[in-house]
Amino acid sequence: MNHKRRKKKQKGAKMVVKVYGPDYASPKRVILCLIEKEIDYETVDVDLFKGEHMSPQYLKLQPFGVLPVIEDGDYKLYESRAIIRYYAEKYRSQGSELLGKTIEERGLIEQWLDVEAHIFQPPLYDLVVQLLINPKTGVASDPKRIQEDEEKLTKTLDVYEERLSVSKYLASDTFSLADLSHVPFSNYLMTTLKKEYLIRDRKNVSRWWDDISSRPSWKKVLELHPPVL
Amino acid sequence: MVVKVYGPDYACPKRVILCLIEKEIDYETVDVDLLKGEHLSPQAMILKLCAESRAIIRYYAEKYRSQGSELLGKTIEERGLIEQWLDVEAHNFQPPLYDLVYQLLINPKTGVASDPKRIQEDEEKLAKTLDVYEKRLSVSKYLASDTFSLADLSHIPFSNYLVTTLKKGYLIRDRKNVSRWWDDISSRPSWKKVLELHPPVF
Repeated sequence: MNHKRRKKKQKGAKMVVKVYGPDYASPKRVILCLIEKEIDYETVDVDLFKGEHMSPQYLKLQPFGVLPVIEDGDYKLYESRAIIRYYAEKYRSQGSELLGKTIEERGLIEQWLDVEAHIFQPPLYDLVVQLLINPKTGVASDPKRIQEDEEKLTKTLDVYEERLSVSKYLASDTFSLADLSHVPFSNYLMTTLKKEYLIRDRKNVSRWWDDISSRPSWKKVLELHPPVL
Repeated sequence: MVVKVYGPDYACPKRVILCLIEKEIDYETVDVDLLKGEHLSPQAMILKLCAESRAIIRYYAEKYRSQGSELLGKTIEERGLIEQWLDVEAHNFQPPLYDLVYQLLINPKTGVASDPKRIQEDEEKLAKTLDVYEKRLSVSKYLASDTFSLADLSHIPFSNYLVTTLKKGYLIRDRKNVSRWWDDISSRPSWKKVLELHPPVF
């Protein structure tokens, strides 16, 4: 694993949070949040194709062998959405407000975070595996699954289209953690997966995507940590 | 007005009811019959009932912070770990377990053939996950910390199937620390109340 420093660390300088695996989408979810919250960070490269996520050193940090994990001094945390919730809460008073103004708004943000995690992401993640990862590892892809994934995504995006016709962002009229969480994987739809029509064919989803993907924070993520897939 | 919980017969709504009881919040229930599922298949119905159950319990645990059991920890760091284990439950624990429930408990009721290869894969995934839990629970009384939290609570309704109708209690009993943890969390008065008021239907 390579420790890449975004800034040179001076002797006696404050420790910054380390994010593992910046090449990939789930760690980018964390980095995007850190940038929105104006929190300094470093990255540690983990090469999935070299199997570095299964190394004994990595498994000590993340026993399920998936990305990301963060180390913030002695504090270690994994699961990207747990990490972004933590930083959005801890640094409530700086950067963008990502958790809403009321507990009810937070409830809606949590709801859409869960929708993203359990309904939106699984078929999209499978498309990434089938169409972007499998070819690199010599595994045959499954056209039936690809078709099912796309059908599921289509149904989900129809629900989003309706929601976004009455709400500027998913939870409310303010950008939140729920919208942020969608950005890194959705980027694949618009680029290497070549399925931008899933977004462009839907007027409100299209408007929403343009808005959230043009935030300076996301542009910074793409510039500092270009996708490898 | 009291909060209405849909589908109390089933596990994900039980997750919500368990949280409401821990937080001493009154509620009503509205029955939903999975097998008579309107225009949706049983699988779609379960997904619908489950989809936001964790968002709902986070909402009530936050909103009613000052009453009932503290389920969100004392510090933001503890809350971070609770969120981590809630996500582990959602990504690594529930999916294979949910599939086992579907294969072994629901399919027979709807005349759909079960897939032995999938059942074996589900069990292997669950065993691997429980090995991680075993290690974690050897150094921590509960998943996130030494206090019962939303993360532990979230596991209870589906785990109950393992020790009852799925007949796979050995997955828990073969692991000393997981076994200790299960006995602890499943003997809480709140869970006993859920089982009494809303007995599982499979």
